[in-house]
Amino acid sequence: MSSTVTTPETSPGSAPAPSFGNNLKASRSALPSGDRVFEGLVAGAAGVIPLLAAAMLLLLAVASWTCFQEQGFGFFTTQDWDPVKEHFGMLAFAYGTLASSAIALLTAGPIGVGIALAITEFTKPKYREIAAWVVETLSAIPSVIFGLWGMFVMAPFMRAHIEPLLVHIPGPFFREAGTGLSLLTAGLVVGIMILPTVMAVCREVFNAIPISMRESALALGSTRWEAVRLAVLAPSTPGIIGALILGMGRALGETMAVTMVIGNRAEISTNLLAPSDSLASAIANQFAEAASPGHLSALAALGFVLFLITMLLNMAARLLVWAVANRVRH
Amino acid sequence: MAENLFKVDVKRARIDRLMRGLCWAGLAVALVPLLSLLFMVITRGWHRLDLDFFMHLPRPVGIPGGGMSNALVGSIELVAIASVIGMPIGVLAGIFLAEYGDNRFAKTVRFYADVLSGVPSIVTGIFAYQLVVKPMHGFSGLAGGFALSLMMIPLIARITEEVVRLVPTGLREAALALGVPRWRSIVSVVVRTAMSGIATGLLLAATRVASETAPLLFTAFNNQFWPSGLNQPTASLTVQIFTYAISPYQEWQDVAWTGALVLLMMVLLASLASRLTVSKNRQIQL
Repeated sequence: MSSTVTTPETSPGSAPAPSFGNNLKASRSALPSGDRVFEGLVAGAAGVIPLLAAAMLLLLAVASWTCFQEQGFGFFTTQDWDPVKEHFGMLAFAYGTLASSAIALLTAGPIGVGIALAITEFTKPKYREIAAWVVETLSAIPSVIFGLWGMFVMAPFMRAHIEPLLVHIPGPFFREAGTGLSLLTAGLVVGIMILPTVMAVCREVFNAIPISMRESALALGSTRWEAVRLAVLAPSTPGIIGALILGMGRALGETMAVTMVIGNRAEISTNLLAPSDSLASAIANQFAEAASPGHLSALAALGFVLFLITMLLNMAARLLVWAVANRVRH
Repeated sequence: MAENLFKVDVKRARIDRLMRGLCWAGLAVALVPLLSLLFMVITRGWHRLDLDFFMHLPRPVGIPGGGMSNALVGSIELVAIASVIGMPIGVLAGIFLAEYGDNRFAKTVRFYADVLSGVPSIVTGIFAYQLVVKPMHGFSGLAGGFALSLMMIPLIARITEEVVRLVPTGLREAALALGVPRWRSIVSVVVRTAMSGIATGLLLAATRVASETAPLLFTAFNNQFWPSGLNQPTASLTVQIFTYAISPYQEWQDVAWTGALVLLMMVLLASLASRLTVSKNRQIQL
């Protein structure tokens, strides 16, 4: 490892000698050993992190092994979830997770990019602070409080005011109004929750773009929006996609708020006003009460799937955000 | 000809104004749910915010005056367990990443810290269940604290790395030039300089895990009484809010709102405190 203060002439175990020079040598040789202990300590602590990630992957795989063995490939392709008959298929939950996350992304994506632009490009530092405070407060609110608000404020509001309007829209998505506890409500609440993530990453990406690029666009006579479009949005497209993927990762794993507003009925329906269920909320609702090993294993398998998906999404997002930062730097 | 050019300019100016307006509208749209949430938590939580809430155990429906005292203490206990496990590992790992972090191993660690912090919290709960609840044959505060510590470690490591990196290289060189061994220069000079930043990170991490619910559902579980030990199911503010919120009883739902108000005040106070220390640090650096 890098050790700048180690002296090359130290020889461990050398006999103490009377001369002054050798004394100096002995006292010097004592120094790097303290360094080595400290470096070992901090490196050991750092090593815990990959170890934990590996242990998590391994343990989840082991826990879901029974399920994969018993259910076979049908676990991924069927939608019956029957703990009594021990038949498990994750499709309905996967649909709920994907659909609610998609709704969340469709709302949080444009709004998040817009706010990030407003903060980085279109405002004075004074207002920047206020906007940053709004977003930071949003990100600090616990998931369970979003759930509480979603259940008692958002869902009744959707039932009373939004759903009666939406049912007039033709097409498969808004067929029949329900209780307000629905895929749509869950998606919107999660959208509010991932807004800070999308916004923060977009802001980082926009800030990485040199001011000179905006200035050259403005000097060529473009309006401020055109300058932003050409000099900020265009070069940061991969970064924006990265931000959206990171938001998607958070949306997929969001548990409490979804559990409280999605209605918890595992059905695949294109009607967004119908209740649904998600991978995370199935685990949250059933894990503590699961009696049979098969049921536990099936729930662990849901977690395993969720873990793999979010891990892959995170990797992809990091690569994209890095790509932008590097391209701008070179 | 000139007229046409003028028209194009008007159109461009209009698009400019429209798009800038839309960006600001985004902020307004984000404000509506935030303000509604804060307003509702305060107004609906306010009238049960009394001494009973802090002093009493949960009571059955029909008996007035039930509180969440055990859940408050339980939350503190769980965060304390998580801190004991997570804070030393996180801070030391962060110091490693900042001071010895130019190699492949550090890159790997950083990558997995990102992976770990992206893992859904409910999955962390399953992991803690397999690792602690199953061998101990029961839900326990220890398992809950362990699950929370898993979320703390990557968070603290990244924040610590960031603030330790901010310490100017000149300070390290000055210490080394005095003949101090590297580890002493890191501990007594670099880390001490970054101390308030690290403390802010620890506070943020503790707040973050204190507001978690999902990993506790089947690790610490819940308990309507005082826990008699770390190996017993332990109530927490968040799980108790969840339990009461989904109950069909108006009384319990009211208490859930009050719990939400207390939790929200703690969280916002902590984030305010960390904001203040951060801005104070910036002033010192300038």
